[in-house]
Amino acid sequence: MKQRLVLLVSLLVVMGLLLAACGTPKQQATQAPKPAATEAAAQPTKAAQPTQAPQPTEAPKEVQPAKEIVFYNWSEYIDPKVYELFEKETGIKVVEDNFSSNEELLAKLQGGATGYALIVPSDYTVKIMIDQGMLAPLDRDKIPNLKNIAPRFRNVYYDPGNKYCVPYQWGTTGIGYLSDKVKKPESWSVFFDPDPNAPWYGRMTMLDDAREAFAAALVYLGYDINTTDEKQLEEAKQALIRAKAALSGYDSDTYEDLLASGENLIAHGWNGDFLQAMEDNENIAYTIPKEGGVIWVDNVCIPASATPEQKVAAEMFLNFILRPDIGAMISEYNYYATPNKAAEAKLDADFLNDPSVYPPKDVLDKLQFIKPVGKAESLYQRMWDEVKAAP
Amino acid sequence: MSEQALSRALSRRSQLARLKKQVSDLLFHAYGFWGYLFLYFPIIILVVFSFNDSRSTAQWAGFTTHWYADMLKDHQIILSLWNSLFVAIVSTTVSVIIGTLAALAMERYRFWGKLMMDAVLYLPIIIPDIAMAIMLLIFFDISGIGFEPWKVNFFGAHLAVPYSVIIGHVAFNISFVAVVVRARLAQMDQVLEEAAQDLYADPWRTFWRVTFPMLLPGILGGALLAFTLSMDDFVITFFTSGAGFNTLPVRVFGMIKKGVTPKINAVSTLMLLFSLMLVAISLILSRGGEKGDSSGNPMF
Amino acid sequence: MSKLITWLRQRASLQAWLLLLPSALWLFIFFIAPLFIVLVYSFLERGTYGGVVWHFTLENYRRVFDPLYLKTFWRSFYIAVLTTVFTLVLGYPLAYYIATRPQRQRGTWVLGLMIPFWTNFLVRTYAWLTLLRTHTGLINLTLMHLGWIHKPLPLFGNDTAIIIGLVYGWLPDMVLPIYATLERLDRSLLEAAMDLYASGPKVFARVIWPLSLPGVVAGSMLVFIPSLGAFVTPAILGGGKALMIGNIISNQFLAAHDWPFGSALSFVMMAVMLVATLVYFRVTSDEERRQL
Repeated sequence: MKQRLVLLVSLLVVMGLLLAACGTPKQQATQAPKPAATEAAAQPTKAAQPTQAPQPTEAPKEVQPAKEIVFYNWSEYIDPKVYELFEKETGIKVVEDNFSSNEELLAKLQGGATGYALIVPSDYTVKIMIDQGMLAPLDRDKIPNLKNIAPRFRNVYYDPGNKYCVPYQWGTTGIGYLSDKVKKPESWSVFFDPDPNAPWYGRMTMLDDAREAFAAALVYLGYDINTTDEKQLEEAKQALIRAKAALSGYDSDTYEDLLASGENLIAHGWNGDFLQAMEDNENIAYTIPKEGGVIWVDNVCIPASATPEQKVAAEMFLNFILRPDIGAMISEYNYYATPNKAAEAKLDADFLNDPSVYPPKDVLDKLQFIKPVGKAESLYQRMWDEVKAAP
Repeated sequence: MSEQALSRALSRRSQLARLKKQVSDLLFHAYGFWGYLFLYFPIIILVVFSFNDSRSTAQWAGFTTHWYADMLKDHQIILSLWNSLFVAIVSTTVSVIIGTLAALAMERYRFWGKLMMDAVLYLPIIIPDIAMAIMLLIFFDISGIGFEPWKVNFFGAHLAVPYSVIIGHVAFNISFVAVVVRARLAQMDQVLEEAAQDLYADPWRTFWRVTFPMLLPGILGGALLAFTLSMDDFVITFFTSGAGFNTLPVRVFGMIKKGVTPKINAVSTLMLLFSLMLVAISLILSRGGEKGDSSGNPMF
Repeated sequence: MSKLITWLRQRASLQAWLLLLPSALWLFIFFIAPLFIVLVYSFLERGTYGGVVWHFTLENYRRVFDPLYLKTFWRSFYIAVLTTVFTLVLGYPLAYYIATRPQRQRGTWVLGLMIPFWTNFLVRTYAWLTLLRTHTGLINLTLMHLGWIHKPLPLFGNDTAIIIGLVYGWLPDMVLPIYATLERLDRSLLEAAMDLYASGPKVFARVIWPLSLPGVVAGSMLVFIPSLGAFVTPAILGGGKALMIGNIISNQFLAAHDWPFGSALSFVMMAVMLVATLVYFRVTSDEERRQL
């Protein structure tokens, strides 16, 4: 808070200087804000610590829930009927806003956006948000249905004991391919040891995401996908540059469409996207290569900026979506696996036995979470820029 | 040379010129046709795919109209469309007025501080929009102004538009309007204005009778540009809007990761139809007013 | 009242500033002040996951001159220049075409130019994707079906696709200012010039082109600058395989969580463009443009 005040004051100072400059015609040459002023602004704030204090303001016992809350979610991720049912039961209206990447969500909240009662960050983003004090701890008494969460998702590394978040849906990162045109890729080597004579050479895409791309290369090389070892990363970078020659592009948004249309034959991507694209092309298949892949969990959390009224309403909503029937409804809508054990009983056996939704045990053991790597974050980004700049 | 020979030579020359003109006119029309075809070809594709019987906007799978039914049922999309229109109309109006004034000052006067204003006016065009978006967000957060909504009944739609979004749109639109209007002013003949100045001896009347009509195409051009930029802006709107407020581009970008469906094509097609209707109406109106008004508004 | 007007008329500076007041106020409060924040941020250290650490450093500016980023700057510059040239070549005749329509029709033609851009940017870009894709794109499929080509043309995932997308996206920004200047050209002046030089190209080179130059400059700026900062078009049509400076800047905010470096990059880019623009305007406006 203090640094903000300092910034505001220094802003006013600069405005004053500019106005003063306007008052004296001789100074017209110096139109840009003065560097001296900048330093002056930066100096006294050194002492301020970069802590965004989480404000766990204990809500008084009898807080009335807000009448309307905003749910900041990925698009097409929840059946709109869930909102209708919730409103019928509680009288609380849920309005949905959408974002399209964890980074957008993070940047927007860090910039100071408020008004959201619920957000849906993925695992590593939850970790970052908790560390930065951006999430409000859940009042577990208000969410008795937390008991429905499968044991596997109760002690996740990013939020042990579900203190801040309710796991929403989960999935994996692997390889999608056209089963009528290419044979099943058993290994990540289709990307990292590409055969220039293969029909899919030049007709593959990889995710346009530094951490996902490096995870694929690191898994292929047999390294930890969260490594901070520069040598291993250098090797992964070389593998990614080798793969680049065989790619038609890096794409995180339309790759499943490009696969469905037959433009590309193989794509690195998220399982639910491929499952949705199967509606358009039944030959799309999904596999996790023998070396393993990435597992991820999206979570519903309450930002620290929510008001007590919003928080109470949000917790009612969290409890609602954890009901078995609602959990099943959500999975049927978005084709992703549910972490809700009780909801599985209400789902089709076909769905539960689909290996691209629920990988078998031996595959599951080979999946790793992408975790925040702290200071090495910039190393990843730098190397990713080098991959992108390579010819 | 006899007079006869001279007139014959002249008439042959003018015949030749007429032929040349016909040929160049033909080529010219062909160019105009291809130019507009280039602009409309992707739009035709967009319209065609709004009838696609598949979630994909890339691969044809048969004819359907169910995306239109879907769209009409989706209150969020309709609301975001109204929001887009409202923001675009308000920010265009404001920026056209103050941007035109700025252009007049910049082009008609030499004054101290001009270089500084030149820089200030060009900066919003030059800055990468992501940087502008983040800085506006932080600014609104620090100053505590802007996020409260402007509640308004817009053609029956109840909107709550955060002032911050309109402020941000005006901030980048002013410069675009000023650039277009200045270009117009720069090559306007000042002699006419000076003559009018002598005639009316009143700068106010000179402005409205002479400068403004001559300037109007530039102003309308600037307005069109501002409106278009505003309708299409995603980054700045995304970061400056508070919770629960969407414009159409924000809505569409939110859909990227989980699939942009032909529903959005349907919305775009509807907007296209609507704008074409407006154009048709303006055409009919301009035909109607043709007789009495030959010097008037050159745009419509 | 008339005294006041006379008093005002004698003070050109004051008049100018009165006209400028609303936009100056708006831009100083809602643009320059926020810009100052970016300037401050560019001298701070990054927070590990976004935001800033309040500690003064020049490191961000040193990193801007890393060969990796200089190379990207150069590449973006090259693409933006090509885009501007193609847009001008395509847009100038189009502006001329509109300007020579009967006066009543011109408004309709101009609107016709803008209407495609009232649809959604992303949807338009995807429509181009449908046309340009290498193996399943409509252009290649049609050409192969007609037997004109036997191997698909590389229209997608390269600089060609990026430039096509950018030219399409910014064409109206070139046409509008040029049209605004051409539309003002006096018919009788043209006819007089036609009589004097008697050849189309000469009239164009000596009369039309010089008179439309302010529009060309404005249009080129409106195209060049956003092309340099483009990031969605290269990502979708360029296949995301090569970076432009806009990608690097947006990545700093949206992927790398490095706000200070993103701010520094934005600032250097803006400074370069601003100096270039101002120098250009100082050179042309005072001498050439006044002569016209």
